[in-house]
Amino acid sequence: MDVVLFGMPLPLVLGAALALYMAWAIGANDVANAMGTSVGSGALTVAGAVVVAGVLEFAGAFLAGGHVTDTVRKGMLDPVLVAENPDLILYGMLAALASAGTLLIVATRFGLPVSTTHSIVGAIMGFGVVGLGVDAVNWGVIARIVASWVTSPLLGGVLAYMIFSLIRNRVLDRDNPIEELARIGPYFFFYVFFVMGLVTVFKGLKKLELDFDLPQAIAVSGMLGLVGAGLGWVLMRRARRRALAGVDGKQFKHVERIFVILQILTACAVAFAHGSNDVANSIGPLAAVHSIVTTGAAGATAAVEPWMLALGGFGIIVGLATWGYRVMETIGTKITELTPSRGFAAELAAATTIAMATRMGIPVSTTHILVGSVLGVGLARGIGALDLRVVGSIIVSWVATVPIAAALSVFFFYFFKGMLGP
Amino acid sequence: MSVIGNLFARSPIRPMQTHMQAAAECARAIVPVLEAMANDDMDALDSGRAKIDELEHRADELKHEIRSHLPKRLLMAIERRDMLEILDYQDSIADVTQDVAEMASLRQMKTPDVLRRPLMALAEAALATCAQSESVINELDELVETGFGRHEVARVEVMIDKLNELESLADDRGEEALRVLFSIEDEIGVGAYYWYEIIKWIGDIADYAERAGNRIRLLIAS
Repeated sequence: MDVVLFGMPLPLVLGAALALYMAWAIGANDVANAMGTSVGSGALTVAGAVVVAGVLEFAGAFLAGGHVTDTVRKGMLDPVLVAENPDLILYGMLAALASAGTLLIVATRFGLPVSTTHSIVGAIMGFGVVGLGVDAVNWGVIARIVASWVTSPLLGGVLAYMIFSLIRNRVLDRDNPIEELARIGPYFFFYVFFVMGLVTVFKGLKKLELDFDLPQAIAVSGMLGLVGAGLGWVLMRRARRRALAGVDGKQFKHVERIFVILQILTACAVAFAHGSNDVANSIGPLAAVHSIVTTGAAGATAAVEPWMLALGGFGIIVGLATWGYRVMETIGTKITELTPSRGFAAELAAATTIAMATRMGIPVSTTHILVGSVLGVGLARGIGALDLRVVGSIIVSWVATVPIAAALSVFFFYFFKGMLGP
Repeated sequence: MSVIGNLFARSPIRPMQTHMQAAAECARAIVPVLEAMANDDMDALDSGRAKIDELEHRADELKHEIRSHLPKRLLMAIERRDMLEILDYQDSIADVTQDVAEMASLRQMKTPDVLRRPLMALAEAALATCAQSESVINELDELVETGFGRHEVARVEVMIDKLNELESLADDRGEEALRVLFSIEDEIGVGAYYWYEIIKWIGDIADYAERAGNRIRLLIAS
């Protein structure tokens, strides 16, 4: 480990490059899917989605990306064995990045739905079992993560069903839907700001010297929520006035136009939540590499540096700007029947679910949760037609991605061991 | 790679409405045929039939197009089974219209004087039923848009009540036409049988139009 490149040890340069690539891939594919429902319903243009995602993915990654990153960098392996074998962890984490990255290239090339989250978890499991032994893997944490891959889309679906039913009863099914929507709109603003605030400030801002306990976090998030509600109140009032001025026979067109504002809000929430959860896929392994290179030991406490989260956020934005916008264009042309009210319900449910997973430090697939949420709206008879074949492809990606990523990771583990080892 | 993009399928609701419009247009083309029969204008009768064949064919094509885009794996706001059943009723409207035109043209039928008015009255009632059914089908997108909310459902139910009234009016007119037909059956001999069929088929236009609407009543009640 004496080779130095650009004034940094070679493994760290390698790790940073691979992490940047992973972040790029996340921006190119996952973010495009996360923003797809907003583009499809017409709530955001492709350019608008790039801006919203650019700002909020970065903010989510930077402000709230620490929880899941901690899980990825040290939670899945036995800390004792990790501490005893810093070199093996170093090779393994580089291998995990290389494995997941390779899988993503192949998947993109052949149009297969592969989740970055599943890849990185499978990869870490793979080198853990082969490089350190079956006992080195923290199977309890793995089981929790894998269980969440089933439960999180289901939770998204249930929440979306409930949110859409709420919209139906409180807005769509009223005599004066415009007034009703303008009245309850600010509550949704409060909720989104509150939840995203809570994920961010509750034990999340240690790096900024702000370590809140739960009551403090709730108080701060509550204030943030009130600010959001105020913003929502202003926006809703303006939209209501404009809608009432233009009302003709077709009231629902105007209702949907107000929902556009709410869907931009939820698009921001999804981007923030996605950034906070998925940045870990690229930065978690890098953080592990960094702590080994700089301190010579794995699993040290001070590991996730702000510059790494920034690097991840930056990579995501570049991926979005160089490739993701094209994917979004494609999605936009495919989703023509989704209206903002449905997009709002699905996204609010997805953002809530992802934010909960983020706070629990569980890496989840944003795309799968969003699919579950959209299906939830569909089950509430809210969407014309949904193709259930996608559910099959998701199950295949659960079953196939993890072992393939694990196998690739073993291969790269020995590759890096040979290249960097003594 | 775009999972979300692949999740959304084309909704069959607008194509269903287009198909209903095509079927109703085909049914409306029965009027020139009846007029030609009443005026003993066999050229007009043949061209009227050609027009109906063309419109029926178009409805058929739309029907096949919709069916081929309704695989079982779709999760829809309106169930596939209901959708296909409604589609069948809509298509039958065009089919029986074609039956009338075909029979009239093949036999070069000329309407007996006394039958002219009751026949036209029946056709008007059948077409009014058909138009009302078209309006009901036109509410399908609104029903989905409002998430089958109680208000919209109530509105559509009122429209279906009206549809039922129009259909029973068509029934009465059909009965009236048959009564007139039976009063002259000795004069027109075996021809009476074919007029009986034509009256039945025009009544069927109203009948199928009503069934399409009634199917919607069932699915919004659930």
